[in-house]
Amino acid sequence: MKKIEAVIRHFKLEEVKDALTQVGVQGMTVSEVRGFGRQKGHKEQYRGAEYTVDFMPKVKMEVVVEDDAARNVIDTILRTARTGQIGDGKIFVTDLSEAIRIRTGETGEESI
Amino acid sequence: MSQRARRLAIAPALVFVFTVVFGLWNVSTGYGQETPEGASTSSVTGESPREVAAESVAELTESPAPAEFSEANMAWMMICSALVLMMTAPGLALFYCGLVRKKNVLSVMMQCVTLMGIMSVLWVVVGYSLAFAPDIMGGFVGGFDHVMLDGVLPTWNAETGQIETPAAGTQIPTLLFAVFQMMFFIITPGLIVGAFAERMKFSAMVVYSILWGLLVYCPIAHWVWSDNGWLCEWNEAAAFPALDFAGGTVVHISSGVSALVCALMVGARYNYQKEPMPPHNLTYTFIGATMLWVGWFGFNAGSAVAANTLAVNAFAATHLAASAGVIAWAGMEWLTIGRPTILGACSGAVAGLVCITPASGAVTVPSAMIIGLCGGLVSFLACTKLKNAFGYDDSLDVFGVHGMSGIVGALLTGVFASKSITGARVGLIEGNGAQMVNQAVSILAAAGMAIVGSVILLKLIDLTIGLRVNEEKEIRGLDLTEHGEEGYIFL
Repeated sequence: MKKIEAVIRHFKLEEVKDALTQVGVQGMTVSEVRGFGRQKGHKEQYRGAEYTVDFMPKVKMEVVVEDDAARNVIDTILRTARTGQIGDGKIFVTDLSEAIRIRTGETGEESI
Repeated sequence: MSQRARRLAIAPALVFVFTVVFGLWNVSTGYGQETPEGASTSSVTGESPREVAAESVAELTESPAPAEFSEANMAWMMICSALVLMMTAPGLALFYCGLVRKKNVLSVMMQCVTLMGIMSVLWVVVGYSLAFAPDIMGGFVGGFDHVMLDGVLPTWNAETGQIETPAAGTQIPTLLFAVFQMMFFIITPGLIVGAFAERMKFSAMVVYSILWGLLVYCPIAHWVWSDNGWLCEWNEAAAFPALDFAGGTVVHISSGVSALVCALMVGARYNYQKEPMPPHNLTYTFIGATMLWVGWFGFNAGSAVAANTLAVNAFAATHLAASAGVIAWAGMEWLTIGRPTILGACSGAVAGLVCITPASGAVTVPSAMIIGLCGGLVSFLACTKLKNAFGYDDSLDVFGVHGMSGIVGALLTGVFASKSITGARVGLIEGNGAQMVNQAVSILAAAGMAIVGSVILLKLIDLTIGLRVNEEKEIRGLDLTEHGEEGYIFL
């Protein structure tokens, strides 16, 4: 099993979600995150005082899939989340040792 | 006795002392049995609204005729009193708490609501008397004739078998006038809170506000609004009759200048200009600012002390000045940093409102728009340039907005005052340059009093209970360390 974490732009979330469900992804976890890469932050002004905000808001999707499906899922995210501008985000892929469905106790690929 | 037990004993002890003092005062004055001397009633007159408004702040008349009250005026003044109270909380409280960091959001709200309690009681006990009773100390301050609102409250006349209600000149009970003025006494120290936000001890704030209210606010209010005040516009014998319709000098200059003194003496926040301290919730600030705008109608139009044509002018002038203030501040931001901000627009509205406060009963609506524009512009420059140039930490820009716009408003009142509104006094444009001198003297007097009073009080507090919390408490935030509560509680 693989866990695929994709940090993407907010406005791409719906598009990516729809595309992933069409390629067979049955579940995902989404969270609001803040961070920076090459895009860096932005500046804000309050009554003449300027603040540099380093952390840009993004959305992180977490998807767990079978090993064979991982490449397709990654390609789908790459295709749908891309704008071509700096700040599109990143995808991280990790090997997952175990997954368990709490209701039934099923483990491994049966649980996802 | 443990420290906790001692603390628990303080509250009932205070209630007991208060009750005893009140009881003794009742016995000594005969309150509730017969009419105090001089607390008679008013009669209806055919005077102009301006004259009537002026009389309302005067002492009670000696007419023996029963009071004839205007239900319209009473209704209007009760609404205005409520509007002015709304300015402190939720208005000012939300405006300020949105501007601080989230670890201090409750401390600002707590200071506002505490002032509503303390200053109200203080006003009844002695504040009203110091501001509006006949002179003592060579005209410096009012005496103690109206302690516990003696001569203001309704009384039972055993001889006539009737309730007698002391009345002010605009056919409202004097008690209603005292209540309206009470709301000003609450919000003025409330404004100062913004200067030392996020670092001052709650106890120090309480002591400072009480002493400042009695020793700084009451004398200035007496000079400007009391019958015999040396700055009072309707006192024929006043040395420098200054125009201050709704409190530009009494409220905004006194609080704004005191705020600057506080910012300097309390010192900058920990890591000021080293770590970011942006507002934590500008939606609160927007709600608070717009509530202030609405409340200001009570503040300014209520200062006519009647539902009359003068109140209508003050109402219109207030709104248009605030509108012009928004345009000025947001426009300056658009020009200088490339985009207008919500904080800028809100700040501009408040600056415009402050600037028109002394002038709202003296200038026409077009003049009010010019005054509002000037207020927005000057306060914008004060907050963005002046503060950075001098490096003081006036946390929420009380001096920049209230102090500077108050001073500019007081001066421009002397420029634009028009006979078409006042019926009497005019400003520079209508040929009375001397009014500018009166305005300047009133500004210097109020600012001087605020500086001297605040320096002495803050020094005394610093030497006794201390002015600010320690570094560790400041870093953790005043909500937890001063009040044991959190504004935002999540899982």
